[in-house]
Amino acid sequence: MIKQKWTMLLENVSMSVANITSNKMRTFLTTLGIIIGVAAIIALMTVVQGATDTMNAQFDAMGLGTLRIQVNGTALKRGLNDDELQALLDCEHVAGISPSLNTTVSAKRGGAWSDSISVNGNGAEYFRHNPDLLKLGRAINVIDIERRSQVCLIDGGTAKTLFFGENPLGKTLYLNGREYVVVGTIDEEEDASLFAQILFGGQSDGTVYVPYTSAMKLMGTSTVSTLEVYLTDPDETDAAIEEMEILLDGIFNYKDDTYTIINMESMTDAMNLMTSMMMSLLVGIASIALVVGGIGIMNMMLVTVTERTTEIGLRKALGAEPGQIQIQFLMEAIILSLLGGVIGVFVGLTVSFLICINTDIMFSLNTFAIALGVTFSAAVGIIFGWAPARKASNLNPIDALRSV
Amino acid sequence: MSSDFFSMREIVKQYRMGEEVQTILKGIDLDIEEGEFLSVLGPSGSGKSTLMNIIGCLDTPTSGTYTLHGRVIRDLDQKQLARIRSREIGFIFQQFQLLPRLDAMKNVELPLIYAGVPPRERARRAEEMLVRVGLKDKMHHSRNQLSGGQQQRVAIARALATNPTLLLADEPTGALDQTTGAQVMELFEELHEEGRTIIMITHDLKIARHGSRIVNILDGELSEGVIADD
Repeated sequence: MIKQKWTMLLENVSMSVANITSNKMRTFLTTLGIIIGVAAIIALMTVVQGATDTMNAQFDAMGLGTLRIQVNGTALKRGLNDDELQALLDCEHVAGISPSLNTTVSAKRGGAWSDSISVNGNGAEYFRHNPDLLKLGRAINVIDIERRSQVCLIDGGTAKTLFFGENPLGKTLYLNGREYVVVGTIDEEEDASLFAQILFGGQSDGTVYVPYTSAMKLMGTSTVSTLEVYLTDPDETDAAIEEMEILLDGIFNYKDDTYTIINMESMTDAMNLMTSMMMSLLVGIASIALVVGGIGIMNMMLVTVTERTTEIGLRKALGAEPGQIQIQFLMEAIILSLLGGVIGVFVGLTVSFLICINTDIMFSLNTFAIALGVTFSAAVGIIFGWAPARKASNLNPIDALRSV
Repeated sequence: MSSDFFSMREIVKQYRMGEEVQTILKGIDLDIEEGEFLSVLGPSGSGKSTLMNIIGCLDTPTSGTYTLHGRVIRDLDQKQLARIRSREIGFIFQQFQLLPRLDAMKNVELPLIYAGVPPRERARRAEEMLVRVGLKDKMHHSRNQLSGGQQQRVAIARALATNPTLLLADEPTGALDQTTGAQVMELFEELHEEGRTIIMITHDLKIARHGSRIVNILDGELSEGVIADD
């Protein structure tokens, strides 16, 4: 009996496939809605997932157990001076600090020049905590900081702009007219500031890393307003924040909005929450396309049932039970929408792959998205195929045969 | 007298058209013996199609008793009626009703699929039936590669495939020309000689005469007609 049911099912599948393939243009147009819906879902999920992964990787590169202090200051006191930095460093949970200054300068070397080179001024600690950043040469050390040495590390963009085809190590370049010696190069893939560039839209020809003390000189400032704080223990983050708040409140006379302490970890959480909300929203919108596609399938199935009234009547006369007719038409709807679903998965993956390779977003095969797309399309087939199949199975064989 | 093989008693069929009730069949009594070739002769509108539908278990009577092969056809649901159609009745239609996308073999296999016959056995029986109706070399032709007469032969093979209790033909030559119609009728007579029970519904006396017995239907009432002469 089970075997018989199974053969019946296979029979239905082959009949459905025959019907579907007999009118390819119509099949394609009908499934187009499903294809677009599923492709949209897959593409959105894959791209958003990829973007989230990329951002997380950037956050991870900035490191756990790292806090960032952003000082807004007051009219009289715009940033932190050396003594105050030292006081922060002396906090119990603080292992090290690295001031961070950013500016854009014009760089020149021989005949080559660029007026949009980003300068990152960092402390020696920064390179200690981002050891993979250094590609060639040496990093900026404590002595460079103290002496305000005019040394720099350059990234690929700068090397291409100013040292095309040369080994830049040991060569000199001019930043806003000041002479700097290149002591090292940066590995871009590990460059945490890349994320900052994406966020703040910094479109520069390249990035140069210099001692922060030297950067202060370049910018003509004597205070620091942004710094990274490295903690002794990531688990002590809350205690460290509290400690620093007391200190900074003292420095800025308990005024509001004078500084912000950014916790990377909580920022990652917030970002993940945001992206997952965005994802559900986008998938929700894309699902509308799927519903519209489902209605297309339903419409086509209703037309098919009407067109094939005689066939249905004949099948009934030859001994088909209503249930068998229903399964045949339901199967046809399911196969149609599954077909659309599978094509949609491929289209979606292709589209998201193209988006990803063109935007530096990580591409990963989101199996969940694929499973969701296929399941959704099958469900659409069942839901929207049900009514037409039911209609077919309820047709009176006499009326059906008489409609010739 | 009542036969267990095929008997109809006081069969009434009414259709409700809004407020009005139309009586199409007004108490039909009919008995058929196994192996008979019965022609039901009647003009259009006489109720012969309705009668055919009831005989073919496509429809149930409003009242009366219909016994087919020892089974009383009454108050059965669609599923049970489908079972009976599958096992007991082979339909032959005026318009042949072959499915266009399937070849002759597949068309003949169709009722066997619904009867739950396994694929290999299905193919064997379909082949046998097509050979029987003289279409040995047309097994894989599709509908539009076959002439009208050939299509009707395929339809007959299809009706024979499940080895039904009775063959039910509705104007089987209605869409054919004289010559091919005559050939189809020859085939019917052969089947009759083999011992098959055939009920043929027609409006054409000449065609009706091929049967071994003729009944007339007029305005929903049945009367025993002329026994086929010669």
